[in-house]
Amino acid sequence: MSSRSSVGTFGMLMSVLAALALTIMPLPAAIEDFRPDWVMMMLIYWAMVAPQKYSVGTAWLIGIVMDVAQGTMLGQHALTMCLIVFVTIRFHLQMRVFPLTQLTLTVMAMLSAYQFLLFWINGVAGVTAPATVYWGPVITGTLIWPALSMFMNGLRFRRG
Amino acid sequence: MVSQTSSNANAVRIPALGLRVAALMLLSILLMVYDNRNQQLDTVRRAIGAAVYPLQIVVDTPARIWGWLVDSSTSRNSLELENTRLKIQQRLTRAELQQLTALEAENARLRDLLEARDRISGDIRVAGIMSVDTNPFRHSIVLDVGSEDRVYDGQSVIDANGVVGQVLQTGLKTSQAILISDPDHALPVEVNRNGLRTIALGTGQFDQLDLPYLPNNADLEVGDVLVTSGLGGAFPPGYPVAVVSDVRRVPQQPFAEVKATPSAALNQVREVMLIWMDQPEAPESEANTDDGEVVEQP
Repeated sequence: MSSRSSVGTFGMLMSVLAALALTIMPLPAAIEDFRPDWVMMMLIYWAMVAPQKYSVGTAWLIGIVMDVAQGTMLGQHALTMCLIVFVTIRFHLQMRVFPLTQLTLTVMAMLSAYQFLLFWINGVAGVTAPATVYWGPVITGTLIWPALSMFMNGLRFRRG
Repeated sequence: MVSQTSSNANAVRIPALGLRVAALMLLSILLMVYDNRNQQLDTVRRAIGAAVYPLQIVVDTPARIWGWLVDSSTSRNSLELENTRLKIQQRLTRAELQQLTALEAENARLRDLLEARDRISGDIRVAGIMSVDTNPFRHSIVLDVGSEDRVYDGQSVIDANGVVGQVLQTGLKTSQAILISDPDHALPVEVNRNGLRTIALGTGQFDQLDLPYLPNNADLEVGDVLVTSGLGGAFPPGYPVAVVSDVRRVPQQPFAEVKATPSAALNQVREVMLIWMDQPEAPESEANTDDGEVVEQP
């Protein structure tokens, strides 16, 4: 397992930066609501394959950067990402042996939990939004996950 | 959570994972409460924002390259056509401008007679939009000017057709502006035709503003132009904001349901203008706080 997770920190950093770029990239208003949670999915992936290296601390720091990039309250994304990554690490061994469909469903549950936590924190802080805007990213995220995880696996094994 | 052992606890030894999560969560909650109560974390935001700045540039590059390609591949013919058209337009504008100088002088004279204060005659500068906020319930944009360029919090942002929004936070090289269509934004306006004052609220839709505080018998018609009243102190008076698109009077309700369409193309602009007001607002508008700018930051 150690040889598997021996991906360079550089690769991890690049993948998260790419995810962040996809997240702040301007999109037409029509598909704006369906932008997947790239950064969260990338963090779930890395927490699953290399939990010793990229743990809750990394997730928290990246969450703070997300908060600044998206102009949300400082700590909102940090808290949410940190929690989701924690859950991923708890179950990462099961998730590694899951067949792809089951893994995708698990990721869907996590993305839903992520959006729900953001929604909840917004509600507590008094930011109102129609509840429907939270569903778009979960749907697209779930659809994209198989391709994303296979793509990342391909990159990782070629390098390692 | 901390003491719970599971079957895979042996496989991965991450020391005190639960404890770390708990500590980080506590830290986040403290941060959020602090950030929400008093916006004192601007320096932190600015520092991290400066680190994200190169990424924003990179992300913005394809759009810029596309714009450049479109510009440079425009055919000579259409350029000549455009040139002629622009020349004619400029001639017309010049003629109008001459009138305007005369009018301005006349206006100044009349104002002197009325002993009224000058209207705004501030500085204006063009700013580019770097990105739109990806947060679907916050309508805001990131501009490519910051405190280096004397941008200040609360500054008015307009485009060629009307008011776009106002600056919310200034970074060193970038600044964030909130649009008038943001659900948390309220703008004091008046009807250009008769001076009726009210407040225009954002709805979260780019093409619609709400005017919920108008009584059923208010003198208002579809097609009326709303301009800034300047009473909030944040916006200079007299800039077009929106055109009334729908007036519905329900006899049982105390207020009419009025919708308006913003004059500025809020989701199409790539360049906006920032206004520097020359002098602070008059004390009389300070007293009028209930009409004031109600921008709540979540």
